[in-house]
Formats: sequence, structure tokens, C-alpha cells
Amino acid sequence: MAQALSTPHLISIKELKTEDLELIFSTADNFKDVINRPIKKVPSLRDITIANIFFENSTRTRLSFELAEKRLSADVVNFSSSGSSVSKGETLVDTVKNILAMKVDMVVMRHSSPGACQFLAANIDAKVVNAGDGAHEHPTQALLDAFSIREKYGYIVGLKVAIIGDILHSRVAMSNIFCLQKLGAEVMVCGPTTLMPRYMAELGVKVEHDVRKALAWCDVANVLRIQLERQQTKYFPSLREYTLQFGINKAMLENLDKEITIMHPGPINRGVEITSDVADSGQSIILNQVENGVAIRMAVLYLLADKIVRA
Amino acid sequence: MSERRLIVETKQLPIIIDRLCAQLIERHGAFENTVIIGLQPRGALLASRIHQKIEKLTGHPVTFGLLDVTFYRDDFRRREEPLIPSATRIDFSIEGKQVVLIDDVFYTGRTIRAGLDALIDFGRPAKVELLVLIERRYTQEFPVKPDFLGKRVNTGDTEKVLVEWKEVNGKDNVWIVSQ
Repeated sequence: MAQALSTPHLISIKELKTEDLELIFSTADNFKDVINRPIKKVPSLRDITIANIFFENSTRTRLSFELAEKRLSADVVNFSSSGSSVSKGETLVDTVKNILAMKVDMVVMRHSSPGACQFLAANIDAKVVNAGDGAHEHPTQALLDAFSIREKYGYIVGLKVAIIGDILHSRVAMSNIFCLQKLGAEVMVCGPTTLMPRYMAELGVKVEHDVRKALAWCDVANVLRIQLERQQTKYFPSLREYTLQFGINKAMLENLDKEITIMHPGPINRGVEITSDVADSGQSIILNQVENGVAIRMAVLYLLADKIVRA
Repeated sequence: MSERRLIVETKQLPIIIDRLCAQLIERHGAFENTVIIGLQPRGALLASRIHQKIEKLTGHPVTFGLLDVTFYRDDFRRREEPLIPSATRIDFSIEGKQVVLIDDVFYTGRTIRAGLDALIDFGRPAKVELLVLIERRYTQEFPVKPDFLGKRVNTGDTEKVLVEWKEVNGKDNVWIVSQ
């Protein structure tokens, strides 16, 4: 197994090697143990300062990163674009350089533009962790999803994972496809044609438009949120119609000849993409995903911090 | 060329372990309020041998755990090789307990310092004692000393103590390796 990550930043899953994924998982195993102790904190990053820079809304990811940082004893500063000088016209690089001038070692950034983290990493002297850039990638989400599957089954190779919902706008889908393929799983994407990017099949994934067929095929269904904020163009006639065509309910799961695992990266639109009884059922590992998110982010931050040269 | 010099051979090791166990029982009696914790990764096998022996001698179960100190070390980001953590297995509270901490080689005392920090995250022990198989003389950098000791050796800066275990290497041997 690798002893260090092959990349200086975490921008995308695409750039990671399979050994990197394994190193992150085995490190996360140790951190999962740490966060279940009476004292959920270790002193590893006590001389590291991390800025969480969020140009887009987030609850889970931001909270999860902040908890991960605090449990590694890092100093944390938070920044969100609303109510900041960004609204006065300051550029991304200027904003971040000003934050870095206050001696910050790592930046965790979410931005609405794909490639924003790549751009930042090339222009600043700090480790960059992508917390979601537009419809490009959300690497830590894919890592925690794969980690949760590995935890449930004990392996990933050969498992069939269906990603269901709005694939077009989903960075989670992209990162998940790259991550699961590197780990040897079979991946299917399923959604309405209007929410399916073209050339999907060229990524080596199966494409399906019938959610019942997708459920019958898969071992794990990762159900994505309908991004209500990105539906200015009408991709489907109404939410009700989407639910009728693609919503997953208990009866559909009971009709299958096997018990599949249900995942969701959150936030859930209850009653839209999945019903409450599915989200809260024993088949769902949605809350395990949230718990694992902290361990995975601790692992990523720890492994990247190891690469910061000491002054 | 590296040279190696045998300092504890296969037949000697059980004698040393028996003596250490006798000393532990002399001080801790039936181990009613005492737990044994091995430091990962290299102290784990020694701790496990001592644990088995003590259970045999006292005739009842003794609480045993493994502690990994990687995240508490003071050389994170300061060494060439990255640190790879091992598993911690402490599924009991050490609050109010007497703890016997076990490692294979005592060198600078820094690992033990990290171990003490890691340990108190599991509660406030009544007392902590340190047992090591080999103590390297004149290399101590922290004010820490073993309470139970297998053997003390003189080593130079370019030398290293290598402990081999039957479970891993096929034979129990302790070497001094010079590089």
C-alpha cells in the first residue's frame, strides 16, 4: 500500500490512483475509531490553520469538514461569500490570497464554477481540498460513499452500484463514477433523458432510463437529490411527475428479489426522489454516510497536511 | 554494509518474559484493577505474550488492549517517511485503573510521551507503569524511564535495535544492527 498520497491537493477523484484511495480508506478506518472514543480528538494538526471557503451553500459538507478539522486540532477559519467583499467585486484569487496572507496552510473550497479549485491550486501556495466545484467533482463525497459501501459489504470489487436521479447537474455522480470504477465496481446511471449528460456511456457506465430496471440490476442504489435550485429550465414537467417516474418507494424495494442498499448524499427531498419510509428503513445507510464523512475528511486533511513543508 | 550482533537469543527470551511477568505479579497481584496495554505496532506482540503468560499464572482473565500513538507523535511532518497508523483496540475504560504500558524498545522516550497523551484520551488512570524489553542507554531525550526492564544495552548513533518475533520472523531474536 502507498504510504503517501500521489497528489499535493485533492481536486478530483479522476487524478487519484487506486493506491491513494486505499490509503485514504485505511487512514479513515483509524479516524473512525478516534471519533468513537470518549475524547474524539487527536493533536496531529495543531500547528495547521485551515480556511473553509464556501462560495455556495452547504450544511453537511461544511459542518463535516469543520468537525474533521477540529478533531485533528487544526485552527479553523470560516468564510462564506454572502456578506463578504466578493459582493463588492473582489476576484477569487484576491479573496483567497488575502486569507492566505493571514498564514493559512490549507484551503477547503466550494465554488459554483467547475475547475475553480484547480485554478486556485495553481495560483496560491496552500494545499487545496475541493468541497464541490460546480457540476465537476465532489471528491470527498465519493470517497465517503465508497467507504460506506466498503464498510457495509467488506469489499467493493464486483458490486453493482446504480446512481439514480439528476446526473446532469451532479458533481457527486461524476466523482462517484470515477471512484467506484477505480475500485472495481460496476456503475449504472439512471435518470430522465433530459437530466442525463450526453456521451455518458463513453465513461464506461451503463445508462438506464427505467428506475425499476436499475433497482433490479443493482446491489447499491445511490439516489441523488433533485436540485430544485437548478431547475430554471424545465427538465421535467413537474416534481409530481418526476416522483411518479423516478421516485423510489418501499413497495418497489419489496418487489425486488434481493435486499439492496440505499444511499443518498443529502439533503433529501423527502417524498420526491425517495419516500420517508425508504430513507429511514434498515436498508438505508444514509446516516452512516454522514458519520463516515467526518472520518474520510480527517484522513484526507491528515494525509495532505503531511505534505506541507515545515518552515 | 550492515552488521548485526545478537543480544538476546531464542532461548533467552522466554526467561526474560517469565521474569518480567513475575515482577508484574509481585507488584499487581491478581491484576484485578490492572490492565495491560501494548503500544502499536512493535510492542503489540510482546504485550500479547506477557498478557497470555499473566493470565496463565493468575488463572483468570486480564484486561488487554492495544494503543496506536501515530496521531499523537511529535514528528508528524518532520520526518522523511510518512507515519502509517495501526489499529487501536481499547474497548474498556481506563478510569481509575493501573495501566502497564508495554513497548519493545525504549530509545528516546518520545513514543512513550505520545503514548501517555494517547492513553489519557481513554480516561484518567490511577497509575501508569512502563515495561520494555530493551532499553538503549544514553539515548533518552525525555524524562521518562521504564519501570520494568528486560535488558539494557549500549548502542551508538548509527546502530538500531531489531526485535524479531516467532509470529512474524519465525524465530525470537534481538539484534543490534549497525549501518
